[in-house]
Amino acid sequence: MTAHFDAWVLLLAAIGATYLWRGLAVPLSSRIDGDGRAFEWMTCVTYALLAGLISRMIVLPYGELATTPVAYRIIATLVALTAYFIGRRNLLLGVGLGTLTFLSLTLYDQGP
Amino acid sequence: MNPVQHESPSAANAVRCGIRDALGMPMVVLLASMTAFGSLAREGGLSLELALVSTIGVWALPGQIVFVELYAAGGDVVALILAVSFANARFLPMGMSLLPMLRHGLVRTGWLYLYAHLVSAQSWAYCRRMFPKLPAEARRPYFLAFALSILAISLGGTALGYVLSGTLPRPLALSLVLVNPLFMLLLLADSRSRPVVLALIAGVGLGPAMHLFAPNWGLLLTGIVAGSAGFATDRVLIARRKPS
Repeated sequence: MTAHFDAWVLLLAAIGATYLWRGLAVPLSSRIDGDGRAFEWMTCVTYALLAGLISRMIVLPYGELATTPVAYRIIATLVALTAYFIGRRNLLLGVGLGTLTFLSLTLYDQGP
Repeated sequence: MNPVQHESPSAANAVRCGIRDALGMPMVVLLASMTAFGSLAREGGLSLELALVSTIGVWALPGQIVFVELYAAGGDVVALILAVSFANARFLPMGMSLLPMLRHGLVRTGWLYLYAHLVSAQSWAYCRRMFPKLPAEARRPYFLAFALSILAISLGGTALGYVLSGTLPRPLALSLVLVNPLFMLLLLADSRSRPVVLALIAGVGLGPAMHLFAPNWGLLLTGIVAGSAGFATDRVLIARRKPS
């Protein structure tokens, strides 16, 4: 019972700690014009941040994915990008082939 | 002849458009990554209710994964909350670069506090891609339809992963985790605007390095440094093109 209760308190705190950033964006953006320079800069910051996040998730992932060789993850990423651009920007093709590449490499590793 | 005036024909269209977009690749990707999260949550000792509420309430996969891992490890409570908060600090710039596009004609601006909660990497990327093609009054309906659809899909994925936990072969479970970053990468690779492309390239290079340098602030620093570099380089190139 206590352990269960603790988990809920922890989760609520995590939710609050996350919402803090989202909520803060409302007053801080209230004076930003959607067509202005400041907005354009903020857009660049966000794109760069997402790019950094994705590259971190691939190169330095959290959790069990970190136990796989980084080369496998990078090869899968390059396959996804190549398939995407050769396949006329088909997202399913890119994501599908990239994931299959990674799956094959990890399966090969586990083989006899 | 139908005398009933619809609120706005383009708004109804935008809702359909948002749902249709969500049911495409985002559905496939979120089912994969949220299934991975659901099974991780069960292995980490969370109840199904906790896993589902974390998907609705935290609504950010990296933060949710940090929560489960630190919860399972049973470490310091304050450290856990701080780690989750830092993992999700990106929502400040993300909200600031999306919410101004949702304000058009909004009477009760308090709604923005709800919209802010629905900002996620996918909803951000899809809206920024679609908004230039939509009239200003159709943006809110598109955003809400898309964001609420992917939230519902994610809840399904979380529950599915929870039920399937332990039955997925390890290579498959690991591959499911990789689906989300690959998808987001391709989505961003589609960008055509020069400052954005410059910012993306700088961000990809800087992200991991900054993470090693400053695990907590690395992500925000990457955004500010690489984003400003892309923005500034573009301004310099524009200035150069003009004959002096």
